[in-house]
Amino acid sequence: MKMVLSGNASAAYGSMLARAEVISAYPITPQTKIVEKIADLIASGEFKTEFVKVESEHSAMAAAISASLVGARTFTATSSQGLMLMHEVLHWASASRTPIVMVNINRAVAPPWSVWADQTDSIAQRDTGWMQFYCESCQEVLDTMLLLYKVAEDKDVMMPAMLSEDAFLLSHTSEIVDIPEQEEVDDFLGKFEPEMILDVENPMSFGSLSMPHQYYYEFRYKMAEAMEVAREKILEVEKEFEKRFGRSYGGLLDLYRCDDAEIVLVAAGSMSSTIRVAVDEMRDKGVNIGLARLRVFRPFPVDEFRKLAKNARIVAVLDRSFCFGYEGAFFTEVKSALYDMDVRPLVKGYVLGIGGRDVTLDVIHEVIEDCQKTKETKDEPFKWIGLKGGEE
Amino acid sequence: MGKKYEIEYKDYRDLPLSPIAKGTTLVFKTGGWRTMRPIIDLEKCKKCGICWKYCPDVSILIVDDYPKVDLEYCKGCGICANECPFDAIVMVEEESQ
Amino acid sequence: MKTTIPEQELMDKGHMACLGCGGALAMRYLLKALGKNSMFAIPACCWAVIPGVFPYSCMEVPLQYVAFEATGAAISGMEAALKAKGKKEGVTVVGWAGDGGTLDIGIQALSGAVERGHDVKYVCYDNEAYMNTGIQRSSATPKGAWTTTTPVGKTKFWKQTNKKNIVEIMVAHDIPYTCTASVAYPEDLIKKAEKMKDIKGPCYMHIYAPCPTGWKYPPEKTIELSRLATETCIFPIYEVTYGKYKLNKNIRDEKKKPVIDYLKTQGRFRNLDEETVQSLQMYVDNEWNKLKKKIECFGEDK
Repeated sequence: MKMVLSGNASAAYGSMLARAEVISAYPITPQTKIVEKIADLIASGEFKTEFVKVESEHSAMAAAISASLVGARTFTATSSQGLMLMHEVLHWASASRTPIVMVNINRAVAPPWSVWADQTDSIAQRDTGWMQFYCESCQEVLDTMLLLYKVAEDKDVMMPAMLSEDAFLLSHTSEIVDIPEQEEVDDFLGKFEPEMILDVENPMSFGSLSMPHQYYYEFRYKMAEAMEVAREKILEVEKEFEKRFGRSYGGLLDLYRCDDAEIVLVAAGSMSSTIRVAVDEMRDKGVNIGLARLRVFRPFPVDEFRKLAKNARIVAVLDRSFCFGYEGAFFTEVKSALYDMDVRPLVKGYVLGIGGRDVTLDVIHEVIEDCQKTKETKDEPFKWIGLKGGEE
Repeated sequence: MGKKYEIEYKDYRDLPLSPIAKGTTLVFKTGGWRTMRPIIDLEKCKKCGICWKYCPDVSILIVDDYPKVDLEYCKGCGICANECPFDAIVMVEEESQ
Repeated sequence: MKTTIPEQELMDKGHMACLGCGGALAMRYLLKALGKNSMFAIPACCWAVIPGVFPYSCMEVPLQYVAFEATGAAISGMEAALKAKGKKEGVTVVGWAGDGGTLDIGIQALSGAVERGHDVKYVCYDNEAYMNTGIQRSSATPKGAWTTTTPVGKTKFWKQTNKKNIVEIMVAHDIPYTCTASVAYPEDLIKKAEKMKDIKGPCYMHIYAPCPTGWKYPPEKTIELSRLATETCIFPIYEVTYGKYKLNKNIRDEKKKPVIDYLKTQGRFRNLDEETVQSLQMYVDNEWNKLKKKIECFGEDK
């Protein structure tokens, strides 16, 4: 069935199709339409789920963890301040090995107050042990939610996953979305049946103290291992998804016209769509540009970047966030992924779009021009594009 | 340590998914914490049940209808002796090893 | 032997509680009342450590350790999940937290959980300070008490404010059942816990749980001290059922003991001056009179 859905509505339908049994969420702009849509679907009788209208995001995640440990498939959604408020319990979710799926609307972080697109909120969670996906279209949001439940609930993974979509640019814009049939999704996902749950018939204690000499260290290693298993599972499940539903998104690193690209732009989120247009325009002019869309940030696509980098002269990394005291996170991680290569492309960093500053076609062309001008193999580390008073 | 309750994981692969504890604390013989030990005078004891009721360490057993201190676990807090209405319990110093 | 409380034990020996721990006793009694079909959430507090280290636990019911401020949220999630899976019937969901995790950092989640009307039971064992982290003050610490963050010294730097009245805060949330209980009166505690088990909706129980380590008194006095707390009207034993107040342990005026009798048993009150003792007596008298007035106006027979 096809419907015109926004990014937010796609997330709500995704949770319904996945048959999320417990939803605990707190409203925050621009995620509010997700919880409102879910409430509508419950009120109309279409969606049978327990919706806990918690009193804060920290509680939203804490309730989700407990629900998941009882054995329920759980969903939550948030953004910016809410995601950051949850930070403590994001760690709790991954170390408890609860396969919660969360939609995060990438929104700038206060102060100053801003409700517009910015990836700082999710980038700041990269160490929490959550898988991280960045979506470019509403269809991708819905499809990725289904994929994430399947990957996360795999008994060799059992790690939580977050899906990020840009504030307003994706959350509030609409497109025609193909909504899969419920029976097909049921067949694809199956039921969530974890082995060890909170159960009065089999009493156990979840999360006790563990000493330095045993076994805290080992539990963390198991988490690291699970993330590596997730790498394979994501590709496996995506293949299965493509067979069933006819759609695929390029794995961890979504490549567009990169085969013979001299300059490759790396970016995540909605600006990727703009970059695709720029790539086509440049190709029409005979300039070999490509886009490597960072679809999965955790686990980080190291091998995919190394393969890509074999042919490119310049890899331009676009960060819609910044790690103060150093540089953009994507920039750092791409460089470190390529460190071991004998022959490496020049990696250039661009900071843009922070606080919702618009990433237009002109902005992308500015980046491309800057790359074309680069003759040396060493250049200045990174640029903040469009800074008032910055050098042009 | 109580050998029969001991659990050991020599390999990280043997651990459960997350820190999920299935063992019992009966493995910890907290009797070793004691510096004072309760002695119950069964002659004075009226089987009122108060000592059994107030023990925080579940260390007063009911044996042949009388209270009996479980010396493997009793920490020697002295609540039983303090509460006994018939002065049937005294605390004595634990013997040195 | 005469047993006035159920004999079944759902708490194993060998746990890590200090000698004479009021909190350990409180849990032992609660478990006897609620039985094996209970599911617990326990935040950071003494009871996060009392059950022992992984892979051992003294609890014979399922238990999830949760983040400090999250107890109210955790039990909401547990209840929702059990309902979603059709497994809620006959299972009691319990949030068990210390005074810090209830009155301070945990108050938001507690308020949210009971306001939403979840069928959960929240039990606070009150040892009147952050004991697990080494005796720092909480809003449940009584005025005048020594703690490591109110260490008296030479400048009368004891706790300056009176205990936050979380029980009345819970009554103000209009929940089906709120009560206080004490380890000195296990029969009363157990009867109330059994009552909570049968009520569908949020219930709150506040248990007085003395701490020999933090209050500086010899461990054998735990029960004696608890009794004294009620006999001086410092810790009244009462319950509020659907807004109706009932006093469970009435202390007649002629039997009411002065607070100094209570204060002098504990090292944490050792350096109080006359002025503070008097203000404490006035405060206790005032609170006791307020409670008696509430019982008069909103008693069960009204």
